[in-house]
Amino acid sequence: MALTADPTAAPPGAASPGADRETRPAPDDPAALEVVPVRHYARWAAAVAVIVLVSQFVHGLATNPVWEWGVFRAYFLSETIVQAVWVTLQLTAYATVLGFLLGTVLAFMRLSGSPVLQTVAWSYIWIFRSVPMIVQLVFWFNLSALYEELGVGIPFGPVLWSVDSNSLIGTIGAAVIGLTLHQAAYAAEIVRGGVIAVDHGQSEAAAALGIPRLRQIRRIVLPQAMRAILPTAGNEVIGLLKGTSVVYVMSIGELFYQVQVIYGRNGRVIPLLLVATAWYVVLTTLLSVAQYYVERHFARGADRTPPPTPLRRARRFVRDLREAAARRDQPVVPPKPLGENR
Amino acid sequence: MSDVTEAVEDAKPTADGVMVDVHGVHKSFGPLEVLRGVDLKVRAGEITVILGPSGSGKSTLLRTINHLEKVNRGWISIDGELIGYRRSGGKLYELKEKDVLKQRTHIGFVFQNFNLFPHLTVLDNLIEAPVSALRRPREEAEETARRLLDRVGLADKADAYPRQLSGGQQQRVAIARALALQPKVLLFDEPTSALDPELVGEVLDVIKDLARTGTTMIVVTHEIGFAREVADTVVFMDGGVVVEQGPPAAVLDDPRHERTRAFLSKVL
Repeated sequence: MALTADPTAAPPGAASPGADRETRPAPDDPAALEVVPVRHYARWAAAVAVIVLVSQFVHGLATNPVWEWGVFRAYFLSETIVQAVWVTLQLTAYATVLGFLLGTVLAFMRLSGSPVLQTVAWSYIWIFRSVPMIVQLVFWFNLSALYEELGVGIPFGPVLWSVDSNSLIGTIGAAVIGLTLHQAAYAAEIVRGGVIAVDHGQSEAAAALGIPRLRQIRRIVLPQAMRAILPTAGNEVIGLLKGTSVVYVMSIGELFYQVQVIYGRNGRVIPLLLVATAWYVVLTTLLSVAQYYVERHFARGADRTPPPTPLRRARRFVRDLREAAARRDQPVVPPKPLGENR
Repeated sequence: MSDVTEAVEDAKPTADGVMVDVHGVHKSFGPLEVLRGVDLKVRAGEITVILGPSGSGKSTLLRTINHLEKVNRGWISIDGELIGYRRSGGKLYELKEKDVLKQRTHIGFVFQNFNLFPHLTVLDNLIEAPVSALRRPREEAEETARRLLDRVGLADKADAYPRQLSGGQQQRVAIARALALQPKVLLFDEPTSALDPELVGEVLDVIKDLARTGTTMIVVTHEIGFAREVADTVVFMDGGVVVEQGPPAAVLDDPRHERTRAFLSKVL
C-alpha cells in the first residue's frame, strides 16, 4: 500500500484538489502541475493490426467447418481418450521421477573424485544423448531379441535365477525404461549444472560444521541447486510429456497413438488431432503452473522480500485500476512519485 | 608420510594445557609452497591473533587446523587428538571423511564471507549441525540456538532469512552457528574483512565478549587495535612462516624483526 500514490495525500504546500485551483494562478511548484503522459501512437497502431489478425484467426477457428468442432466435442472427454491421457501422464510421471533419480546419481558420479565413476557417468551421458529416443525405444521393444532371458547370478559365472525378458518387462515397461534412460542423461547434466552453480563456500561451511556428507548434499547443496535446476527441468518435463507421443511406435495406448487409431477408423483426422493438441496444451499448462509454485518454494530466502503470488498480483492490478479510475474523476491529478515500483 | 610419522614420534601433546598444537606444518598448492614449517601452540582459554600481509599463509594455516586443507608435512593436534589422522603402530592412518567430520564438530570456524545457508532461517542455520552431526534432539538444539542468538544480540531475528540481515548481523549469526556445537576452539578467518567499516565494531564486540568467557580462539585479522586489546598472543606471519610471536605489547610496539616493523608501519 505504501508504494501506491494516494491521491488525497498531496505534498505539503501543493494546491489541494478542487476549488483552490481556480482562485490561484498557476503555481511555480512543478509538483502541483498536471502531468500529460507520452502518447504511443505507433504502439497503438501495431496493437490494432495484431488484434485484427488474431480475431481473423479465431473467427476462422470458429467458422471453418473442417475443424468439425462437433467431432472434437464428442471425443475430447470420451473414455478412450481420457484413458489414453492417463497412460500419457503415467509414462511422463514414471520417466520424470526415475529419470531425475538416475540423473542425480549420474551427476554426483561425474562430480565425484573417482575417475572410474566420472568416466562411467560421462560415457553414459555421451551414449544416451547420442542415440535418438525413437531408435532407443525400438531397441528396448526388441529387448528379447537381444537378451532372451534376464537372470541374476555370479558375474561371468553360473546364473542362479532367470526370467524370460518379455514377460518381465512388457511393452509399457520397455517404454518407461527407454524414456527413463534417455531422460536420465539430460537430467544428469541439468542437476550437475545446478550443483556447480551453488557457491563452494556452502559445502565448505557444511563440512566445517561436521554435517554428514549425504546430509550436506540433501539439505544444503541440492535445495540451493534447485533454483538453477528447476527452469531447465521444467522444460525437460514438458518436453518429455510431449515426447511420450513417440512411443506410439510401440503400439502403446497413449494419447497420440489412440488418436491415430480413431481417425484411422473414421477418417476425421483434423478434429482428432485437435483433441490431442488440446489435451497436450491442458497438461502443459498444469505443469507450467506447478513449476511456478515449485520454483517459488525453492526461492525461499533468495530475495529480501518474496515476490507476490499471481493471485495477489491480480488483486493488486484490479485495485490499481479502480484507484486510477477514481483519480480520473478528480479535477487535479497529483503526480506519481518517481521511482515507484511494484 | 615418513616425515609425519617421525614428527609424531617425538610429539608430546596435551598435559601442559596446550589446546591447539601446530607442529612443522608444510602446505603446497602445486608448485606454490604456502606454509613452510609453521609451529604454533595455543593454550586453553587463550586468544591468539595472527597478523601478516596477504599471501603470508594465515588463512591457509587456519584451514589446515580444521582439516579443510590437508597438510603435506607436519601435524596438528587439538586437545591432544591428532587432526585428520589416527596414529597406530608407528604409522599414521588417514581418517575417513566421517571421522574428520566428527573431529570438526569440536572446531568452530567463522568464514570471511559468513557462508550462512541462505535457504534456511537463522534458527535453522544454528540447529542444522547440532541435530545432524551431534544427533541432539531438536528442542534442545533450538533452546541452545535461541540462547546463543540472544547472546549475539539477535534474539528477534530467529525466523529471518540470512539475506534479510546486514553483513554485521550475518557474521554474528555465523559466530552463533559455530558456537552451537560447543567447540573446544573457535577459528576466525578475517571475520570483519567483508564488512562495511561501521559494522566492524558490532562483530568485534561479540568476539571480545567471547574472549571474556574463556573460549580458546585463533583469529586471523587485520584489526591491529583489536589484537592489542584482546590477544594474549600475537603471531606475525610472512612468507609461510611465523616470523615472531609474543604478547601484543612486545610484537606490536617493539617488534624485533624488520619484516614485522615494515608490515606494522604500513597498516598502523
